[in-house]
Amino acid sequence: MKKKVSFPHIGNYYVPIKYLFERGLDVEYLVPPPITKKTLEIGGLNSPDFVCSPFKYNLGNYIESLEQGADILIQVGGVCRLGYYGELHEQILKDLNYKFKFVNLSTINYKKPYAFYQELKKINPKFSIKKAAEVILIFIKMIEVIDKVEEYIRENIGFEVENGAFDKIHQEFLDKILTVNSKKEVKEIYSEYMKKFKSIKTNKPKKPLRVGVIGEYYTIMEPFSNHFLEKELAKKGIVVTRSMNASNSLLFRKEPEILNKIKGYIKYNIGATGMDTVKEAIVLAKGGYDGLIHVKSFGCTPEIDAISILNNVSNDYKIPIIYFSFDLQTSEVGIKTRLEAFYDMIVMRKEKK
Amino acid sequence: MKIGIPKAFLYYTYHNLWETFFNELGCEIVVSEDTNKQILKDGIKYSIDESCLSAKIYMGHVYSLIGKCDYILIPRIASFGAKDVMCTRFGALYDLVYNTFRDLDIKILDYNVDVLKKKTEFNAFFEMGKTLKKKKFDIVRAYFMAKQAEKTYQQLALKEQNNLLGQNGMKILLISHPYNIYDKLIGQPIIDYLKDLNCIPIIGNIIPKNIAKVKAREISETLPWSYNQELLGAISLYKDKVDGIVLISSFPCGPDALVNDMIIRKNKDKPIINLILDEQEGTVGLETRLESFIDIIKLKKDGLNEKES
Repeated sequence: MKKKVSFPHIGNYYVPIKYLFERGLDVEYLVPPPITKKTLEIGGLNSPDFVCSPFKYNLGNYIESLEQGADILIQVGGVCRLGYYGELHEQILKDLNYKFKFVNLSTINYKKPYAFYQELKKINPKFSIKKAAEVILIFIKMIEVIDKVEEYIRENIGFEVENGAFDKIHQEFLDKILTVNSKKEVKEIYSEYMKKFKSIKTNKPKKPLRVGVIGEYYTIMEPFSNHFLEKELAKKGIVVTRSMNASNSLLFRKEPEILNKIKGYIKYNIGATGMDTVKEAIVLAKGGYDGLIHVKSFGCTPEIDAISILNNVSNDYKIPIIYFSFDLQTSEVGIKTRLEAFYDMIVMRKEKK
Repeated sequence: MKIGIPKAFLYYTYHNLWETFFNELGCEIVVSEDTNKQILKDGIKYSIDESCLSAKIYMGHVYSLIGKCDYILIPRIASFGAKDVMCTRFGALYDLVYNTFRDLDIKILDYNVDVLKKKTEFNAFFEMGKTLKKKKFDIVRAYFMAKQAEKTYQQLALKEQNNLLGQNGMKILLISHPYNIYDKLIGQPIIDYLKDLNCIPIIGNIIPKNIAKVKAREISETLPWSYNQELLGAISLYKDKVDGIVLISSFPCGPDALVNDMIIRKNKDKPIINLILDEQEGTVGLETRLESFIDIIKLKKDGLNEKES
């Protein structure tokens, strides 16, 4: 019987991840149950009190996956506290008496590729390197097109004439993309669906309000954790730009370019996605955006440090920035109220111009 | 040339190194006062609300030095190797301070240690010496004298600690970043209070650092932070020589939030307590918890002694 492998939720990336594990490593991939308040309760209950909330979300996903029969759990490494998540996650789950195998990719030293091979063997001792290598290329392309599609949706969904039109086609796209057998097919489906998205009826004005969303990468990429902020925003008839996604942070990130754009504000690397946040703020400010929304989970240190810098960017470029900090107790009403106020403010500023 | 050194954060790890280096180069040094309520108040004013207490204290110290010296020393220390990094705040420190005090005309003397990017401590001090317009030979000499001083003081501290370990009495291991436990306002009162309770405080940071890190690597494969590795190693080395362990963290310290939880899970065989320091005034809450912690250890010890006799 095939082993059931699971990885925590992060936006729609469960689609390429499912593809990677099932076609590339020949295991069954268990998508964690959709995140609900219960997921947070159970994750929060077993997590250290003031750890950043992605930890708690991940833990909730792991527990719910284990309850559904997952055998193997995966955690990744990262340049922030994420690098240590796996070790503590594993310990907590063991202390809760769950039985499972934990594959912690943070243990890998990338200078020793053999170690990576051994971790993959933990997932499936009989996996084929050739197959995995082929599938990885398709996996990467999938992430790229999923991100491009979402960028387009964010900038247009606020103007759809028929409610739900974009979401319907989006779901079709995600379902279809799982059926591919080659990189070529990924590109074909992408073209096919971009045509469909572009033919959805919209009433976008000539000079719509434009708002950029910047900040810490889990909270920005997992809609539940930011209380579906992007949707809330778009619904007010706003073009939403958010370039922090897997493509731009992992696949195609160019550090020298980033460093160049933040000269005068940042001399050294301030950690994790801090520099990307500041760079994006400057790029969007220069591009004449009406406002920026900064998003992070409570306690995220690099983003806290970025805020001090964003205050200066805001003053220098005269662009309003509103700061949201999410944890398990964030009030839905509080967010809506602040978004309303922000919206009213940027509308007024635009009318003055 | 007057160089201001904030008495917070890295001061407690590096002040012997810095003071010797600058003195040898003929620079005057002014260190900020011990942390007091005004410094904390200013620090809070100039920090983002969610910043850790230790960072707020640091910003207060930096603010207090503006106008009192030619340069304020703000090092930027990011990494010593793969999986041997400083908390991200130390990597962001220069940029954080510069942006916060940009409009107050702050003059910063910075240096960068980031071994992962081939920037060693020696390179950093050498560049700093050149910024101060000193001769190459003098800079190198000053650096080596400073390293010698650093080593000497570390050995003295270790010797003192070993003496304490040899004494009779209730020994309590304090696991805390140096800038918390040595801080006059937030850490020192805990040491003093333990002494009042007739306990011998054993400072976890006073440890042969290389051995501590090796021990830490044996226990944890993925722990990335230098300071936490030292403390993990300290627990391993001192655990059997003490009666109880007190973890002290400032709120909301990122690394500690995770590592302290792990420490408690892996040391169920030792009395252990986790104290979180925040901005609220008053140490009464902490004192109460410490007092009952010590009482419980005493009871257990007396209970054991009774069983044995």
